[in-house]
Formats: sequence, C-alpha cells, structure tokens
Amino acid sequence: MSIDYSEKIPNNVDLAGDRKLQRALESWQPNFLTWWKTMGPAVPTEDVYLRTAVAVGREGWAHFDHVAMEEYRWGVFLAERNADRRIAFGEQKGQPVWQQVPGEYRADLQRLIVIQGDTEPASVEQQRRLGETAPSLYDLRNLFQVNVEEGRHLWAMVYLLHAYFGRNGREEAEALLQRNSGDLDSPRILGAFNEETPDWLSFFMFTYFTDRDGKYQLGTLKESAFDPLSRTCEFMLKEEAHHMFVGTTGVDRVVARSAELMREHDTEDIAPHGGIPLDVIQKYINFHYSVSLDLFGSEQSTNAANYFTAGLKGRWQEERRKDDHVLTEDAARIELVRDGELTTDEVPALLALNNDLRTEYVSDCQSGLKRWNRVLEQGGIDARLYLPHVGFNRDVGLFSDHHITPKGDLVGPDVWEANRDRWLPTEADKTHVRSLMRPVYEPGRIAGWIAPPSHGINDKPFEYEYVHFP
Amino acid sequence: MTTTADPDQAAIPAVSFDTDPSSYRHWTLELDGEVAYLRLDVDESGGIVPGYELKMNSYDLGVDIELYDATQRLRFEHPEVRAVVVTSAKDRNFCAGANIRMLAQSSHPWKVNFCKFTNETRNGIEDATEHSGQTYLAAVNGTAAGGGYELALACEEILLIDDNSSAVSLPEVPLLGVLPGTGGLTRVVDKRRVRKDRADVFATRSEGVRGKQAVEWKLVDEVIPKRVWDETVRERAAAAAARSTRPAGAQGIPLPPLQREETEQGIRYRHVEARFDRPLGVVEITVHGPEGDLPDTVERVHALGADFWPLAMTRELDDLVLRLRANELELGTWVIRTKGEVEDALAFERVIVEHSRGDWLVNEIRHYFKRVLKRLDVTSRSLIALIEPGSCFAGALLELALACDRQYMLEGLLEEDAQEGEPAQIVLSDSNFGAFPMSNGLSRLGSRFYGDDDHVAKLHQETGRRIEAAEAMELGLVTDAPDDIDWEDEIRIMLEERASLSPDALTGMEANHRFVGPETMESRIFSRLTAWQNWIFVRPNASGPDGALRRYGTGRKADFDRKRV
Ligand SMILES: [Fe+2]
Ligand SMILES: [Fe+2]
Repeated sequence: MSIDYSEKIPNNVDLAGDRKLQRALESWQPNFLTWWKTMGPAVPTEDVYLRTAVAVGREGWAHFDHVAMEEYRWGVFLAERNADRRIAFGEQKGQPVWQQVPGEYRADLQRLIVIQGDTEPASVEQQRRLGETAPSLYDLRNLFQVNVEEGRHLWAMVYLLHAYFGRNGREEAEALLQRNSGDLDSPRILGAFNEETPDWLSFFMFTYFTDRDGKYQLGTLKESAFDPLSRTCEFMLKEEAHHMFVGTTGVDRVVARSAELMREHDTEDIAPHGGIPLDVIQKYINFHYSVSLDLFGSEQSTNAANYFTAGLKGRWQEERRKDDHVLTEDAARIELVRDGELTTDEVPALLALNNDLRTEYVSDCQSGLKRWNRVLEQGGIDARLYLPHVGFNRDVGLFSDHHITPKGDLVGPDVWEANRDRWLPTEADKTHVRSLMRPVYEPGRIAGWIAPPSHGINDKPFEYEYVHFP
Repeated sequence: MTTTADPDQAAIPAVSFDTDPSSYRHWTLELDGEVAYLRLDVDESGGIVPGYELKMNSYDLGVDIELYDATQRLRFEHPEVRAVVVTSAKDRNFCAGANIRMLAQSSHPWKVNFCKFTNETRNGIEDATEHSGQTYLAAVNGTAAGGGYELALACEEILLIDDNSSAVSLPEVPLLGVLPGTGGLTRVVDKRRVRKDRADVFATRSEGVRGKQAVEWKLVDEVIPKRVWDETVRERAAAAAARSTRPAGAQGIPLPPLQREETEQGIRYRHVEARFDRPLGVVEITVHGPEGDLPDTVERVHALGADFWPLAMTRELDDLVLRLRANELELGTWVIRTKGEVEDALAFERVIVEHSRGDWLVNEIRHYFKRVLKRLDVTSRSLIALIEPGSCFAGALLELALACDRQYMLEGLLEEDAQEGEPAQIVLSDSNFGAFPMSNGLSRLGSRFYGDDDHVAKLHQETGRRIEAAEAMELGLVTDAPDDIDWEDEIRIMLEERASLSPDALTGMEANHRFVGPETMESRIFSRLTAWQNWIFVRPNASGPDGALRRYGTGRKADFDRKRV
C-alpha cells in the first residue's frame, strides 16, 4: 500500500519514514473518523471555511479554505526542535531533555497525556448540537474551527501515545475514542467535560474559562523534560489562542448587545426584549469559572510535586521564574479555611504547585473581566461584572467542604441554599437563554441577543458565506 | 575487636567460588573405597575476608564454598562413593556454626547471600542422598552448635558421641537474637519430627541437649560411646553404602577449573556469557546451545566428561549465578537469552532422557541442572526471558525461560533479518513436565498454571512441536509477543520501568509469585525461615549497635526493644 502521508496526514514527524507510526495511525484513523461522524458536529454541512495547520514555520503555519469537514486534514505537528534544550527544573535540572520516554516515568507520562488527550474530543462531544442554534454563520464557522482543532489536538496526543508508548499507548489511544462525554458507563475522565454545553453563552464561557485551563495545562506540559511532549504542546498553544479568542470576543459581543438593549429599553430586565440580563451573565461567569478552577486539582498535591521533581510537568513560564527551579527549600502561601475563617497557611512550595498554576490562571481571567467592563463602560452602563472568590462553589480542593459566597464570605449551608439562585444560573435563567437560541444561517445576519463581530475571519467580511449547507 | 562500625557501609568484597580439594583450607576429603570422610578442620586465620578468627570450627562463606565444591566433586568425580561421613578433625568440637563476629561485621546483603548459599549446599546434600545414592551421615564427635547442628540436620543420619559433654544445640535465639536460619528450625520439626514443644525448649536452651535425651527427642539418631565411636561410625557408613544403588566399578569424570574471562563489561565462559549494563542495572545473560557432535553412545558422554555440553553449560551457569548474586548487587535485572539450534538442544536432551535412569553420570547432570534452576528460582533479581529468532528455548532450556518472572517473545522477525531466518520458536518436551521440579515440588509449568491441570495436560499434547509467538501467547507460555515494530521500545521501557521500582519490593513480590501451591520442607526453608531470618537481620534487636548480634562477645547484654511486632 502506498500512501502519500504528507498529503493525507500533514505532519512534520517524518510519518512517511516511520513504519511503526504509520501502522498505528492507519488502524486508528478509521475509528477516529467513525467517532467524528457519530460524536462530532450534528449539523450537516457541505463545507466550512476553515484553517488547517500545514507547517510549523513562522511564516504562515496555517492555510484557509472551504473544506468538507470529514475531509479535514488532521495533522501531526511538533514545534521545531531545539537541539540544545535542557531540563529547566526539578531533580534533573540542567541535563539534556529526553527524546524517548524513560521507563521510570512511562506510567506517569502516559497518564498526563491521556488526561490531556481525553479533554480534546470531550469538548467536541459537549458542543455537538450547538451548530443547530448558531447565531450567525460566522459563529457557526468558529464553532467548527474549534471542533476540528480539538480533533487535531486529539491527534497530537494520540501521536505521542503511538510513537512513544508501545502497545500500551495504542490501547490508551483507542480508549480515548471509547470514553464519551456524559456517557454513564464510560464517561470522560474529568467532571467538567461530562457536562453538556447547552447554549451559546455556555459555549463562550467554556472557551473563555475552561479552554483557558487547557491553555495553562498545556503551558506546564510545554516545560516537560520529555521533549516530544513539550514540542507538541507548544504547537497546540498556537491553536488554543484562537479558542480563547472565540470565548473572549463572544462574551464581549453578548455584553455589548445586553448594554445596547438596556440603554434602548432603559431597564436591567432585558429578557422580555430578547437579551440576556447582566445578572444572568454574571451567574454564568460564576458557574464556569468555579467549575474550571476545580480542573486545577487540589491546592496541595503530592502528585504535582512528584511530576515537577521528576521533570514531567513544570510551572507556567518556568524559565522566566527567578528561583532555583528545584523548590525543595521554598515555601508558598495557600488560602484555606481554618476554625471557621478564611486564612492563609505556609506550605512547602513543591506541594503548592497546583495553587501556583491556578493563581496564574486567575490573573489571566481577570483580563477578560476588565475587557467586558470596558464594554459596559463604553455602553454607558454602571453595573460591572466580576470574578467570584476562588473558594466559591468548589467541588475539589481545600474549599470543597465549605460554602463561600462570590464576595468571599464563609457562610453556612442555610445561607448558601437561600442565595444559591442569586449566584448560579437557575432553571429559569437557562430556559430563557435557551429560548433565545434560534439558528441564523443567512450570511450577514445575526441573532438578536448578540452583537456582530468587529472583524470577519482572515480579512473576510462578516457577511462572507463561511459555511455552505448541502 | 570492635563491632561499632556500621556493617552496611562497608564495601562488599568480591567472591570467587573456584576451589578444589588440593587447595582446601578448612576441609579434608578422605576417600576410603565406598565411604568418603569430609573432615571439618577450620583454619582460624583463614576467613574469606579479614576481621574475625574462625574459632571453634566455626565457618564463613569461604568454608562453605569448599564444602559445596566437595559435594559436587563427590558426585561427579567419585561415583564409587556411596556414603559420606561429615565429621570434625578437631577434638571435642564438631562445628560451632556460622562465625558470629563475621555475621556481626557483615552487611545485610552479605548475610543474606551467605545464608542462601549455605542453604542451597545443605539442600544439595539431601539431594545427593536422595537422588545419587550418596548418603550423608553426620558423625558428631564433639559439640554441634547452631549452624554446626544444622549441617548435621542436612545429613540422613546423625550420630552423636556420648562423652557426657558433647551436645547438639541451636543457641541462636537465646544467645544471638536471630534464628537458626540454615534450615535448623524447619528440619527439626519437619524432617526429624521433633514435637513442637520440645523443639521450642531445644531452640531456647543455649546449652542444647546431649546423650539419651537427644535420641529420645529425635534430635539425633544414635548416641555412641567414645570408645566404640570410630568403628561404629564405620559400620553405619558401610550399612548406608550397602543400601546405595550406585553402580560398581564406575569411573568418575574430573571437573577441571572453569575457563572464565572477566572484564569490566561482563563475564564470558565457553557456553555462557553475561554482559553488564550498569547504568540500567541489567545483566544480559546468553546461554549458547550445544555445539559439536552429538555423542552417539553413553561411553562417548563419559569420554567428553566435563566437556559434554549439558554439563559444561550447567557448571558455567552455576558459577555465573553465584558470582552475580555475590558480587553484582546493583545489577537487579537479569535478561536471559539462548542462542543456538532448537534441534541440537533437543537432540542433547534426548541423550539425557535416554540414559538418566541407566547411567549415573547422565543422572548427575540432570540433577545438577535441576539444582541450578532452583538457584535461579530463589535468586533475588528480576528475571526476564527474551525469546528471539535464533534462540533455542526448547525442552530443558525452556525451563530457563519458565524460571523467569516474565517471558517476551518476538513475533515475526526483526527488520534487519527479515530476508532470512526463521521466527523465534519454543518447543515443549517431557522435560517440562516434572523432570526439573521447583522447591515446591511442582514443575515450572505446573506452578505457572497452578490449579489448571487440564491446561497442563493440554500443553503436554503439544510437546515436540515448534511453537511460534502468537501460539505461545495463546497457550500462556509467554507474557507478551510484540512484533518487530514494538519489540525494541517495549523491552526498553519494561527494563527501565523495572529498574525504577523498589528493589526490596521487587524481591518480595517475585518470591511470592514464583512459588505457588504446596510447600515442601525445602520451600519452607526459603519462604518462611529465610524470610523471617532476613527480617530479624534488619531489626535493631539483632543488628542495631545494641542488638544481640553486635553485642555478642562484648561482655554487654543486648538492649532489646521489648515491643512484640
Ligand atoms: Fe485543545
Ligand atoms: Fe481548545
């Protein structure tokens, strides 16, 4: 059988010269396509204006065109190799990075890759039906772009499993397609990835908050001493930036439209006017932010410490940190509840690495809030959106046994129950948001609950026919 | 002498197992027709390492290496010997057991290795009695304490001199805070059927038991007055010799020194080689199959003697196992391969099978290979068999793979020799169904498929046939059968992963998995007595600065932590 691998599967990993990888990917690919057809986007399309990764160089790594989605060329790309790269942290700091998986860390590395890999197809599954209610062709296209790229991220993780983890890795790659979001028997690994994304506000929130967690996880794996993992993640971060952009600008546009409706009708209650009230937006922020914080794991973690010491997973921007990168002597402060009060405690820095990463994430999330508040300000609205306290609505970690209000007050279960509907989306809120979800498929038109974008994609206008239907 | 230095920090001296009767320092081997006399006459200043004197006919590893050599030579070089009398050349002192100062100054691995080797030698003595028609008698002509009495326990009969002072004793518990770990506790109740309450009294009474009571308690078979000692011993030996099945007029074969080439990278013999991968903690052992002509008659086998491949290979493997165990503690994984023609291996094996009933030498070779396999079974290293094209894991040699903790068999061929050659094959033969029992009394297949006799029976139907990887996998004979694409990675990752695990946990895990099912006296000695002994050895009550072992002979009492654990 002769196949032009660079045509079928764009790659920079010498797929054509690697028999082992060919065999593995060839047997996996049909299963992937079956998965895509049954679990991928539910709306039938003729073709979609998509970008496809075709190279890793600085000048133009991607290519834009209308393609039929099932013919999308999911490729395998690693950022370029730095031959002198050395381990930047942990016990083996300063030694050359690994081009092979050391047997000692096989199980841990495989686990990290499987967990990351599991989230990629999970979000496609969660967003499967969203296309049926897209507010515009532009948004529909963005959804599909995110979907195909999450599919490619799955490929990236599968590549690592196939290329470096032998038979075991191949079995894990299969299992990534066998678990499904929300499946009762075989759910996705992380809780947040088993919730359906029922409406577009949730989608924007998901891409803003939850994909951003992905960005930070990738950032730590990019530091890994296992060089192929590092290079894979570095390249994935490029695509991930677009997903954040979809989230950020999506919320921008909802807020802008809500502000517009508030002004127009001179009321906060814009629901009857086909808008999403600011307090509902705030509740959605509260929910998605708190659920995403859970993805960072417990604030104190020996796993994270072991991964760091072994060189498997670093900190965000490890090499820019001004410390010894070994951390055996360092301490960190973490927030917790003691004797009925919120307080802080000093713990060994190694044990607080999840907390460290989460702190970086939180300050990144703040920037979105600033942006959205600027939109409100410009729209002449006095109300402001905010991030709730990190302890609010948590199921994982030191706060999970306590009730903390968005403002950061420790309260009892009664207060929590009495106020929960003020803080988190209620059935009525969700029903209202869902009621606004009506597809708008004519080029240049947009649903009434969201403002149009300021630019189109790849210099195309908003009116461009981004998606063709059969 | 002081014993305050921490023994586990001391360097481990390199051990050689080469010796022969002309260079013994501690034993004399006297041949008297059908009876051989092994007289213990320990050279006090002849310790294998410095730091202690071997007083009172006490022994160390060096003394036991000579004993092992003697037992081997008696079996191969002296087929005319039908009874072996183990006795002492010293007055009123049979043997005081393992030297205490030696134990006190030894590191933990040294103690464990020493005990394992001495246990194997004593098991070998019982094996000679049972399978070679060489019956061992202990002529205890003076006090036999601790390991001294344990040596007597390994013999078929124990004769004790009745001089009102010579006693047998196991004083380890009361005096040293450790166990009589060379089979003592086990053999007293198991082999000699001493009642457990008496055994309890005996093992806590440091002065031991003598005279009639020793017979009554079944600790010895007979007490013999001093004046008729020599002639009675002679009579008992002659009686044992008369019961022997050894052929008359047999000619022994000499066991010349092994040809061995040692370098930093490994050890190489004629048929066995070992390459060290120190960074990975691995020894790659290759056993080469037979070369040269197949002997067509049993006379030819005798003419070849120590050059007959099965014997030559077994001796080399034995030596290698002993050396690696004693000298290469950090090479924790042994990768075992074979190289050669499957047909040749089977042909040599047929010679063994055909003659092992009728010919004493062939019988000896079979039992020797059995004992070496047993050494592998109790070796505290991870054992991995790699079955590759060009290997000859067939019949008896397949036992090497079955002794391993895991077996990996390459499916198909590696790319570089895809043009020629045949894929890896294994062949079962009758030898795999009981000819080489483990210490639990089961064959390695019987242990592997414990409780599934139907499967073992089914495998028995498959003898003589070449079995390739996929089928071997189906039959449960190998752990995994990666193909050429996966082979290298799978093996590398598996070995690296193994190297990263706790050596102690691995030792415990492997020992538990290797021995399933029934226990025998032999397996109890290794699994129970030794395991307890090794635990006691690391406890402060024995080996701590104030422990009984280190305080012994200092005039100070041990300071015990009284908590029962
Ligand atoms: Fe992703
Ligand atoms: Fe993403």
